[in-house]
Formats: sequence, C-alpha cells, structure tokens
Amino acid sequence: MSSVDSNPSSLLEVKDLHVYFPIRGGVMRRQLHTVKAVSGVSLNLAQGEVLGLVGESGCGKTTLGRALVGLAPMTSGRVFFNAKELHHKNGKSSNHAMKMQLIFQDPYSSLHPRKQVRDLVGEGLLINGLARVEELDEKVLDILEKVGLGVDHLYRYPHEFSGGQRQRISLARALILKPELIILDEPTSALDVSVQAQILNMLKGLQKEYNLTYLFISHDLSVVRYMSRRIGVMYLGNLVEIGPTRSVFENPKHPYTHSLLSALPSIKKGKRKERMILKGDPPTPIDPPPGCPFADRCSNTQEKCRIEKPVLEPLKKESSQLVACFFQNENVL
Amino acid sequence: MTAQNLTTVEVRMLRAESRKRALQDSWTLWKRNPVTIAGTLIILSLILIAMVAPWLATHDPFDQILADRLFPPSLDYWFGTDNLGRDIYSRVIHGSRLTLMIAFVVALISGPIGLVVGVLSGYLGGMVDEVLMRLSDIFLAFPKLILAIAFAAALEPGLTNAIIAISIANWPSYARLVRAETLAVRNSDYIDAVRILGAGHLRIMIYHLTPMCLSTLIVRVSLDMGTIILIAAGLGFLGLGAQPPAPEWGLMVSDGRNYLVDQWWVSTIPGIAILVVVLGFNLVGDGLRDILDPHQRQS
Ligand SMILES: Nc1ncnc2c1ncn2[C@@H]1O[C@H](COP(=O)(O)OP(=O)(O)OP(=O)(O)O)[C@@H](O)[C@H]1O
Ligand SMILES: [Mg+2]
Repeated sequence: MSSVDSNPSSLLEVKDLHVYFPIRGGVMRRQLHTVKAVSGVSLNLAQGEVLGLVGESGCGKTTLGRALVGLAPMTSGRVFFNAKELHHKNGKSSNHAMKMQLIFQDPYSSLHPRKQVRDLVGEGLLINGLARVEELDEKVLDILEKVGLGVDHLYRYPHEFSGGQRQRISLARALILKPELIILDEPTSALDVSVQAQILNMLKGLQKEYNLTYLFISHDLSVVRYMSRRIGVMYLGNLVEIGPTRSVFENPKHPYTHSLLSALPSIKKGKRKERMILKGDPPTPIDPPPGCPFADRCSNTQEKCRIEKPVLEPLKKESSQLVACFFQNENVL
Repeated sequence: MTAQNLTTVEVRMLRAESRKRALQDSWTLWKRNPVTIAGTLIILSLILIAMVAPWLATHDPFDQILADRLFPPSLDYWFGTDNLGRDIYSRVIHGSRLTLMIAFVVALISGPIGLVVGVLSGYLGGMVDEVLMRLSDIFLAFPKLILAIAFAAALEPGLTNAIIAISIANWPSYARLVRAETLAVRNSDYIDAVRILGAGHLRIMIYHLTPMCLSTLIVRVSLDMGTIILIAAGLGFLGLGAQPPAPEWGLMVSDGRNYLVDQWWVSTIPGIAILVVVLGFNLVGDGLRDILDPHQRQS
C-alpha cells in the first residue's frame, strides 16, 4: 500500500511475484494441480532502460508480462510502478497502468478483425477521454507516421496488412497513450527475418526518441543482445540470472545460462566454448518439487539443491550481475 | 505528408474510399456465387411486389364473387379463384406484404434479444450465464413450431400474437449461438489488448464482442427467415395466426385443403409462394455467410 517500500529510482519494481494457475477437474471441480507459471520473480527496471528477458518456451515469460499489465492473476508479490503499488482488479487494469503497455507476440490475433486502423489505434484515447472523436484522425495519423505507416492506412482493416505492418499498428496503439514502459512479448518472433530487423531498428529508435523503458521478452539470444543493455534469464518460472548483457554473455554464472549460451556460435576467435547439452526432459511448471528449479538437469546437483531454493545474489559485492545458484563461484564453466 | 495539413476534406475522401473498397469486395463476393444472386433476386422481387401490390393485383383480394367460386386458372383469374370466389393471384400478391412483415418483425424482435442475452451470458459467465442458459434450455427442449403453437394458443389468436409467439420461440437459439461466439473471442488477444487500454466491461461487450457476433447472427437469422415464414404459415393454417379474411399464405393453404383433389390450385398456388420465398431466404443466407466473413476478403 505505502510507497515507502519501493526503490524511488526505478520505474518498475517487481518483488517476489508469483502467478499460479489452478488446474481443476474431476468431481466438484476440485483443484487437482497448480501450474506455477511464475514463482518468485523480483526485478527492477530503471527509467529508459531496456531489459531483455530470455528463457525457453513455457518458462513463464509471457505470463510475467501479462501479470504486470493485469491480464494474469498475481497470486502473491508486489509490483510498484512509478513508486505506486499496482492493484489489478479482475481483468481490468488499474488506472495508472495505462502508462504500461503490452505488445503481443502474435500480430495476427492482437488486432480486432472488424475495426479500422483509426479505431484500433485511437481507442485508447477515447477510452481515457484524451481526445474527442473529431480529433482522432489527426492524432492517430501523428502516431502512425512515427511507426512508419501513413495516411493511406488510416481506414484499412487488419486483414489488409502484413505481419510486420500489424506489429507497427499494435505499437502505435500502445504509443498513443504515451506509455513509460512497454512490455514487448517476442514482438518479432512471428515475422520474417528481414522484417524483424526493420521492426527491431524501429523499436530501438523509438526507445531513444522517447526515453522509453522496455521489458523485451524473447527466446532469441541474438535479438536480446542487440536490443538490451541488461538481460535476465528465466527458467521454470524463476529468474536464475540477471545482469549486464555483456557480462552475462561473456561470463555466465548459472549452469542454465551457460548451456543456453553454449548453443550460440561463439563470436570470439580462439575462445572455443564447450557445447553443453542439457540432460533430462524439458520441465513442466505443474506442481514443481521444492529446491532449485534446475536441479533435475544440472550437472552439479547436490543434496542442498533438492531441498532449498537458491535466491538471486550478487556475484561479488557491488556486482550488478545476480545469480541464483548455491555454487555460483564453484561453477567453473 | 504531415498531420497538420490533413484536412477534413481529405479525411472524408479517405473514408469514402474505404467504404467504396468494402462495397467492392462485397460486390465481388456476391457476384462470384450464382446461387446467392438467385436468392437475392427472389427476395428483392418479393420486396418490390409487396411495395407495389395494389398496382399488380387485378382484383380486390377481399371481393367475394360467389358465382365465380373455384374457377380454374384462366385469362380472367390468372391463378383461379378460391371457395369464396376471390381471385387467388391478387390474394397471393397482397399476402406477400403480410409474409414479409411477419418475417422481418420476428427477426427484429428475436435477433436483438438473442444478441443481448448471448453476449451477457458468454462474457459475464458464472451465475448470470447459468440462469440465462437454463432458461434458454427450457425453450430449446421443444421444437420451435410446437412452442410457437403453445404460446399462440395461450394468447388470443391473431397476427400480433402470432408474431410474439414466434419471437418467443425463436430467441433462445440465437442466444446460444451468440454465447458460443462470445466464448470463442472473449479471451482473445485483441480483447485483452483493449483491456490494457483501460476499456470497461460494457465497452468490451458493446464495441468489441457484439461486432464479432453480429455477422454470425445475421447469417443465422437470414437462414431462419424461411422457418419463421413456415411457422407463421403453420399458425395461420391452424387458425392461430392471421385471421380470415386476411390473405395470409398459410391461411390460404388451409382454406384450400378440402378442395385439394379437384381444385388443386386453391392450396398449391400459395404453397408455391411459400416455397419460393423460403428458398430465396436460404440462398441469401448462404451467400451472406461468405460475404460477411472477413477472412474471405483476403483472397
Ligand atoms: N491461463 C493459464 N492456465 C493454465 N496454465 C497456463 C496459463 N497460461 C500459461 N500457463 C502455463 O504457464 C506456463 C508458462 O507459460 P508462458 O506462456 O508464460 O510461457 P512462455 O515463456 O511465454 O513460453 P513461449 O516462449 O512459448 O511463449 C506454461 O506451462 C503454460 O502452460
Ligand atoms: Mg510466450
């Protein structure tokens, strides 16, 4: 409730966020299982910063983003935005959350098929009483030009656009509310490679121009490296490592980060990385066992890992790289 | 081009252009299917006939010339005369007004009711959904015709009450349809997207869910027009709908049933009229399905 608990320098502060989905079934729709899509994520985002978030499919990246804007239920934890705590009432975003927008992964499903671009993009202004209907054309056009679309597109329907253009429309819809934070959920993963580059460059340009803050979700490491100064690695609903992109890429400390990066071709000559193949099955977040989420697939699992869950801790004192592993300093990787 | 010199004239032009484009697409889709063209022509001619009925009719539809009872089709009486000596051609022409009126009024009553109930039920869920759907289940448990007969019999026989009875029997199936459509889109990304913009429940239901359900509903209603007309004719036939001497087609079929063997035209001519109109509405409904589907426009 009070804003005292929050760090005043950060735009977004997430404290121990949990998002659980009950799986019901059987007699009387009893709760049979719990999907722990996000289990205890804490992170900070400074104004104007781009934080990349990577992790394999199903690790809870989308769910984290949706919970922040109020589309997924927060089971526990606190979120501060602009030093004010967010409270999402069922399905409806709280008021100041307007300044936090989300771009969906699939450009084909995120635009209402029966609405013209003008109405799609201008809707936010009308809802929040920021423009009168007569002003809409002009205001929408202003934003459309920012994302590389023009006056010809104003009265067209989504089906007349390509995937890349649709993502531009989605972006315009978010930008028109002058957001401070935009959560980008794999904004380019559904697009062709050539279009991807255009969109990424545009995103980068907009970020600089408006000093926007991005939470950039992706499973493509090269995209994240290009976009963000700082990178967080998620595994099974947990943030296992976070730090400056450079130091994480050059000096990964969590065994999972290491295995992720070892799949990338090395850019540095001479420094041959040993390819580390993960053993075991890809995990599911349904009723996960206690302890470290990576314990089943780690090469260095010890007894402690099965009992206690490691917390994110700075590598060294004052280090900006944080790792959630008991043996971070022993992992000679 | 910048926003500053975007004049209202330009905007109006763009808007007109987009409307033209939409019309052109519809035209192309309409043209592509000869069956739709046939259906549309049938319905349009029916509407035209209803509008100019007094000029098309050769006789007064209520004028009884008992000397001319049960005349077969001839140059004087194109479709023959009925048991009271009335000109069947003129009665069928005038009857088109009644038939169209019944079909459209029933559609205009039961369609919106089904839409509102379906969207509320699908979007709100929970108790609201439970109550509304149990209610519609009760109605759906009976065939529409039986239900309409029951309601019409409970009310006073007459045209207005027949319309009310058919509407009552009709809305639950629309509510079901709209609810299913609402459930399918309620959790889609584009609805979530407007939630993030701050849209309230009412706005989502009215501006976002309704347009998605509307085209499915329109197709269904136009396919149902035939059934509505048949039920109205059935009620007329049973004496529960339009009352004599109204030239209602169902009533006319009923009047002629005693003469079916020797004077076939008395029942058959209005019967054919019913058949043609029902067919027309069905063909149009099928065509609308294609025209209103936004995915069809991509090609
Ligand atoms: N509404 C829901 N009900 C139940 N389980 C859910 C729900 N939403 C997500 N999940 C589960 O939560 C887990 C995390 O899903 P999420 O979509 O956040 O993953 P992701 O990291 O975005 O994956 P991807 O890279 O494939 O997009 C998955 O196991 C998913 O099945
Ligand atoms: Mg995802």
